[in-house]
Amino acid sequence: MSHQTNQRDRDGDAVATHRTMEIAVALLFALVAAVVMYDSNRVGNGWASDGPEAGYFPFYVGLIMFVSSCVILASNLLSRTPNTTAFVERGQFILVLKVLIPTVAFVGLIWVLGIYLAAAVFIAFFMYWLGRYPITRILPVAVLIPLALFVMFEIWFLVPLPKGPVETMLGY
Amino acid sequence: MEALMNLMHGFGVLADPMNIVYMFVGITLGVLIGVLPGLGGANGVAILLPLTFSMSPTSAIIMLSCIYWGALFGGAITSVLFNIPGEPWSVATTFDGHPMAQQGRAGEALTAAFTSSFFGAFLAVILITFLAPVIAGFALRFGPAEFFAVQLLTFCSFVGMGKESPFKVLTAMMLGFALAAVGLDTVTGQLRMTFGTIELLRGFDFLIAVIGLFGIGEILLTMEEGLAFKGKSARINPAVVLHTWKQLPKYWITALRGSIVGCWMGITPGGATPASFMSYGLAKRFSRNGARFGTGEIEGVVAPETAAHAAGTSALLPMLTLGIPGSPTAAVLLGGLLIWGLQPGPLLFVEQKEFVWGLIASMYLGNVVGLIVVLTTVPLFASILRIPFSIIAPIIIVICAVGAYTVHNAFMDIAVMLVFGVLGYVFKKLSYPLAPLVLALVLGDMAESSFRQAMLLSQGDLAIFWSNPLVGSIVTLALAMLFWPVISLAIARLRARQGGKAAVSLK
Repeated sequence: MSHQTNQRDRDGDAVATHRTMEIAVALLFALVAAVVMYDSNRVGNGWASDGPEAGYFPFYVGLIMFVSSCVILASNLLSRTPNTTAFVERGQFILVLKVLIPTVAFVGLIWVLGIYLAAAVFIAFFMYWLGRYPITRILPVAVLIPLALFVMFEIWFLVPLPKGPVETMLGY
Repeated sequence: MEALMNLMHGFGVLADPMNIVYMFVGITLGVLIGVLPGLGGANGVAILLPLTFSMSPTSAIIMLSCIYWGALFGGAITSVLFNIPGEPWSVATTFDGHPMAQQGRAGEALTAAFTSSFFGAFLAVILITFLAPVIAGFALRFGPAEFFAVQLLTFCSFVGMGKESPFKVLTAMMLGFALAAVGLDTVTGQLRMTFGTIELLRGFDFLIAVIGLFGIGEILLTMEEGLAFKGKSARINPAVVLHTWKQLPKYWITALRGSIVGCWMGITPGGATPASFMSYGLAKRFSRNGARFGTGEIEGVVAPETAAHAAGTSALLPMLTLGIPGSPTAAVLLGGLLIWGLQPGPLLFVEQKEFVWGLIASMYLGNVVGLIVVLTTVPLFASILRIPFSIIAPIIIVICAVGAYTVHNAFMDIAVMLVFGVLGYVFKKLSYPLAPLVLALVLGDMAESSFRQAMLLSQGDLAIFWSNPLVGSIVTLALAMLFWPVISLAIARLRARQGGKAAVSLK
C-alpha cells in the first residue's frame, strides 16, 4: 500500500515548473532572434542602390522577436508571484516519452525500411507495448493499415512514398 | 444580379459528376478527421493536400473545402457524445450538448448541432456570394501599400484580440515570419538563414509545420492526459430528426444572432473559437432559459454551432478576395491555391472566374451534402471513437508522417515535422498561440514582398502608409489593434479612478 502511495507521489513530482520552462523557452527564442538578426545583417539589412536588401525585412522580424522574448523573460525572472506549478508531472512526462521515443525510432526506421514496413513495425510495437493486445489483434491492424496506404498512395493517386529493400525485392 | 448569374455558372461547373463524387469523399474524410483525436481541420487538409495534386484545381479545391466542412461538422460529434471537443470551436458546444447526451437526448443534440451548423454556414455563404465580388472589385484598386496595410491589420488584430499575452503572440508570430524567410530570397536571389545546408534551401513549408504543430503536438497532449474515451451512444433516426427540426424554428433569433456574430468574427480574423463563445454568452444573456444553460438546453447547442460555422465559412471571404486567410485551415487552403499556381486575391475574380464561382457554388452544395452525410453516419463515426487510443495513436502518427513526406518528397521533412510536434506541445502548455505562427508562415513571403514593393515606391519612406485616407485609416486601425492591450488597460485605470472619485464624493 505504502509502496503504491510512494509511486503516486513520485508520479506527481514536477519534472519542471512552469516558470523554468517559460524562462527556457524565452531564452531559446531570444537566441533564435539573435541568429535571425545576425544572418540578416550578413546579407544586408539596409538599402542597396536597387532597393531594400535581402535582410531588410527579416532583421526587424528578429528585432521584434528579441524584444518580446526579453519581456517574457524579464516578467518571469522579476515576477513576485512566479508560476511554480508543474509544467509536466513525472507520470505524464513518462507517458509523453512513451509516444515520443517510439515515434523518433519510427522516423529513423522509415529511412532504412521504407515507410510501409516501418509503419507496420511501429503500429505493432505500439499496440503490443502500450495496449498489450494479443498478436491476433495486432497482426490485422499492422498489416492492413500500411496496405491500405500503399493502395491509396501508390496505386490510386500515384504519389510515391519512401520504399525500402522489401518493396524493391517485390518489384516496386 | 450579376452575382446570381455567376453563381448559376458556378453550379454549371459542378455538373461534372466526378466533382460530386469528390464532394462526398471530401465530406466523409473531413468528418473522419474532425472525429479522430489529434487530427483537426487544418492538418487534415494539409495531409490530404498532396492527394489532390493530380486533379484539376477546381475539383481539388472542391474536395479540400468539403474536407473543411466535414471537419467542422465532425467536431460536434465528439463534443456531444464524448465531451471531448475535437476542435477548439466546439468547446462551447460541450456545455449543453454533452448534458443532453447524458440525459439520453444525444440524437436531438446532434441534429440540433448539425442543423444549426448548416444554417450558420449557409448564411455565411450567401454573404460571400454577394459581398466577395464587391470587396474584390474594391481591392483591385489596391497598391502594395494597401495590401501590406491589410496584412498588418490581420496580424495586429491577433495581438489586440488574442487572450494570450501580447508578447507571446508577437514572439510566435515573428517565429513564423522568420521561418518563412529561410531559403532563397526571390527578389535578390540571395540565400537567407540556410547556413550552407542544402536541406534548408527549400525553407520551411507551412504544411509540415501545421502537421507537426497540430497533429503530433495534439497526440502528445492527449497522451499526457492518459485519455480514455467513454462516450454516450447515439441513436439518430428520422423520427428524432423530425422532432428536433420541429423545435428549432423557436430559436431563430439565437441562430440569426449566432450567424451574425460568426460572420463578423470570421471576416475579421477573430476566428471561430471566440465567435462560438461570444454567441453562447449572448444567448445565455438574452434567452428566457438563460439560467438553465449548461444543463442540456437545445438553445445552448444552437448558439455556438451557428457562430462557429458562420465564422469558419466566412473566413474564406478575405482569403478569396484579399489573399488573407481568416483561420489556420483557410491558410492551408490558401497554400493549396498557391501550389496550383493560383494567386488568391482580387485578380482571382477576374482571371479565374470559373474556379471562384465553382468553389462558391460548391460551398452551397457541400453544406447540403454535409448535412445529409453526418445525419446518416453518426453511429459509424461515433464507433471510431471507441477504438482505443493505443491503436488510433500510431495510425495517426503514420498518417502525419505520410502527409509530411508527400509535400516535397523529402525524408528530412518528417524529422522537421517531429520537431514542430514537440514545439506544438510546449507552445500549447505555455499558451503561446499557434494560429499567428501558422498565418505568419503562410503570409510571410506575401507580406514581405508587399512591404518591400511599398518601400521601393516611396524610396524607404514610411509615410507611404499614410499617403491616402484608405491606407492611412487601415494602418491606424492596425496600430490601434496592436496597442489595444495598453489602450484598454489605460481606459480601465481611468474608469477605476473616476469610479473611485465618484465613490468618495458619494460618501
